[in-house]
Amino acid sequence: MTELKEQLPARAAVAAGDGIAVPAAPATERRGTHVLWWRLASIALVCGAWEIAGRIPINYAFPPFSETALAFFRLIADGSLPKAYGSTLQPLLLGVAISAGLGVTLGVLMGLRRSIEWIGAPVFIVLQSAPVAALIPLITFIYGIGLTSKTLAVIVLALPVIVLNSYKAVRNVNPSLLAMARSFLASRWQQILKIVLPDASPLIFAGLRLGIAAGFIGVVLAELLITPTGIGDLITFHRSVADYAEMYAVIVSIILFSAVTLSVLQRLEIALFRPELQERQT
Amino acid sequence: MSVATAPVGALMPESAPEATVSVRGIGKTYEGGVEALRNIDLDFPTGALTALLGPSGCGKTTLLKIIAGLLEPSSGEVRINGRPVTGPGPERAFVFQDFALMPWATVLRNVGFGLELRGVHRHEREQRARLAIEEVGLAGFEDRYPHELSGGMRQRVGLARALAVDAEVLLMDEPFSAVDEQTRRKFQEDLLRLRQIERKTFLFVTHSIEEAVYVADRVVLLSRRPGRVTQVIEPQIDRSASPEDIRRDRHYLDTVEEIWRGLRQYVA
Repeated sequence: MTELKEQLPARAAVAAGDGIAVPAAPATERRGTHVLWWRLASIALVCGAWEIAGRIPINYAFPPFSETALAFFRLIADGSLPKAYGSTLQPLLLGVAISAGLGVTLGVLMGLRRSIEWIGAPVFIVLQSAPVAALIPLITFIYGIGLTSKTLAVIVLALPVIVLNSYKAVRNVNPSLLAMARSFLASRWQQILKIVLPDASPLIFAGLRLGIAAGFIGVVLAELLITPTGIGDLITFHRSVADYAEMYAVIVSIILFSAVTLSVLQRLEIALFRPELQERQT
Repeated sequence: MSVATAPVGALMPESAPEATVSVRGIGKTYEGGVEALRNIDLDFPTGALTALLGPSGCGKTTLLKIIAGLLEPSSGEVRINGRPVTGPGPERAFVFQDFALMPWATVLRNVGFGLELRGVHRHEREQRARLAIEEVGLAGFEDRYPHELSGGMRQRVGLARALAVDAEVLLMDEPFSAVDEQTRRKFQEDLLRLRQIERKTFLFVTHSIEEAVYVADRVVLLSRRPGRVTQVIEPQIDRSASPEDIRRDRHYLDTVEEIWRGLRQYVA
């Protein structure tokens, strides 16, 4: 939801801005490499602090960065990490794909039609504010410990935020653009395809990013709470035998994986729907 | 004084015998009981530029949107070339106060959007869009995006989009109110030039008396809510003079003064 709020002033600023801000290409490139250096510096800072904290050590169960990195390569070399991802990705991809498809469709329909809004909105508003993790034991009780339960755990966490963001995105479509399309004789379909969806896409994608992040939470929760498989199993196992470097390596790997996935999604969105932002992105 | 003043809703000047747009008994009451317009009778002669002028909240934009077919009137009827208006139509094009440009589309696509919606082929559409872009003086900016343009340039895009569909009637809703004063003046001069080359019927909403007198053949004065036509004024200004001369012209200044006297009573 924070992302949702951030998007709105940005859009308003674009609409109100009257400057002749024409970013020159070379300046953008220079700024691009600049940004890259600062990002690398930020990563180096975190890793350095981690290394120092691990060497003091602040806790016997907290390994320094270097050991964790070595453990990470060991896990890749012995094949256990790739295998774990292989089994974690299954419910994750399935759940995220279902949530994204169903969520965007439902949300957009809710935004377009009052009757669907009245039926759908309350359900998802309640679901979004509920501590959904508490439902996971219930899901296990009904659907057992297999793929279905884990996929459902992902969906239950990811779907509400995707639906609600898509719904709000459609509701917030610039009414003036719709009036413009109508005055130039757009059919209802043309209005939806050429105005509503492109104009709503930033908020829809913000919802998708939040939803996928929630999906990651869902799949790890499911693997920790339902049956230890994949990443959850790897974390549980290495904790139980006190291989803390390995445990941290797995945890950091899933965090990085999630971050990379989300940034790929953002790039995809800009490439597909927001050509005007392409030059400004680094 | 060569200013013809007609009483409410009567007297058509002989210079414009046919009216492209005629408005009969239009009233509009919004949900919640706000009455924006009451019993408007107006004719907009073919080829003339008519300005709708009035204090803010007098319903002038509402009237324009009813003529555009974007709003339903509560009573009365609008006819374009004798045919009643039931919604937007191809013979009318709208220029929006806030430009209403698609931020994700280039200038070329924005300008060609009306044609795109009508299913005109890409090649022809882009050709016509390029012509319209040239006509508003934006050649060279076809591949830019709206956020890269200044406010004045954005409104030129909005104007080009309306020109590209080649409608008979151009409806302009305070088109220059969101741009700075210098740009606005330049725009008014361009509009006069455009009027000479395009034989279209222009309807122009503004709250600026000077602007109305400067660009319009006829100025329709609307009263405060509920909006009614109080006066129709024809500033007969020699537009062949240079812009500086027009702005210093006796008739121009007298007309502005006369309109101000008429409007004064509505200003709190």
